[in-house]
Amino acid sequence: MNEYVLIVLSAIFINNFIVARFLGICPFLGVSKQVETATGMGMAVTFVMALASGITYWLQKVLVKFDIEFLRTITFILVIAVLVQFVEMVIKKSSPVLYQALGIYLPLITTNCAVLGVTILNVDENYNFLQSVVNGIGGALGFSLLLILFAGIRERLAFAPLPKAMEGIPIALITAGLISMAFLGFSGFDLAALLGL
Amino acid sequence: MTKWQIFKNGVFNENPTFRMVLGMCPTLAVTTAVVNGLGMGLATTLVLVGSNVIIALLRHLIPKEIRIPAYIVVIATFTTIIDKTMAATTPDLHGVLGIFIPLIVVNCIVLARAEAFASKHNVLDSTFDGLGMGIGFTLALTLLSFIREVVGTGTLLEATDFGFEGFHLFSDELGVKLLILPPGAFITLGLLLAGINWYVARKEEKAHE
Repeated sequence: MNEYVLIVLSAIFINNFIVARFLGICPFLGVSKQVETATGMGMAVTFVMALASGITYWLQKVLVKFDIEFLRTITFILVIAVLVQFVEMVIKKSSPVLYQALGIYLPLITTNCAVLGVTILNVDENYNFLQSVVNGIGGALGFSLLLILFAGIRERLAFAPLPKAMEGIPIALITAGLISMAFLGFSGFDLAALLGL
Repeated sequence: MTKWQIFKNGVFNENPTFRMVLGMCPTLAVTTAVVNGLGMGLATTLVLVGSNVIIALLRHLIPKEIRIPAYIVVIATFTTIIDKTMAATTPDLHGVLGIFIPLIVVNCIVLARAEAFASKHNVLDSTFDGLGMGIGFTLALTLLSFIREVVGTGTLLEATDFGFEGFHLFSDELGVKLLILPPGAFITLGLLLAGINWYVARKEEKAHE
């Protein structure tokens, strides 16, 4: 059990997808202007990343079996694209309210490099099925945490008096740099020892 | 537009990093050393040119409804070719760039050029557009990694794949380590973008006078 807690905690704090691994920067800079939309995006990404991690684990098994691992990138991205479409259809049917809330963010998830990134990382790390899914969820939670934190900061930043050249993306990047510095502090924690592993 | 104008547009006016702010993940992640930035830029350029050419060739054949999946397959094919070629020829660089090589497939620059340019223009124009955008991206990555490598470590152009130790400009101890850590990537790029915004605004102001 502790092993899974370790995966989740390190994916959120130590190897955070945004500020340490640099995955999913585009939605991070693009969507995180309001706390509400950031929360919606975070939920959608968590769902897709957990599903994608699980499915690509079996897909990788198939690729290895037929000795066609060089097709990994192409099959993974297609599966993710199909998955996002599928999730969109299911949510539309089952929960129109959630669909309304997530609406435009759903199709954008296909080109979110955090999703393809986590599936490739799972393969590189040789995670088993459960570890892959847990890593997907942990990574997505770290992504969502940052997205929501950052949205809160940017809501206030919008009213800050800034030099014209710094407005928008430049100040967002510098703010992200400061958050990243704060997260760097977590890398000193020896989580494995804390959890007795 | 002439071929030269298309090329120049990609490098300067619509520079993917500094003007369009696309493809931020590799820009921030791999620019710890000039060789990494340059390698990532050139790999992306090759994928961009390849996918632009094929998509321009097939632009009348691909049905409009399924164009995005079709583009992704073309881009993924070129990404895989580059990935495997680099693994065989420059293993050290391939190791450092890691998952960011297969992730070229989701680099917004490549898909954006396929959708906005290659699907509407002929093969030759699309080639120049791919080249211009790719070189613009490479220049941006090189500039960013130049600042981070020199200020962060005091070395320049360290390239183990090519048996080159690089120039040691000053002692390692004097380097500002923060710059090669993740926060340094965000802050350096933020300041660079602000500088470029300031420069462009000033130039426009002068043109108005």
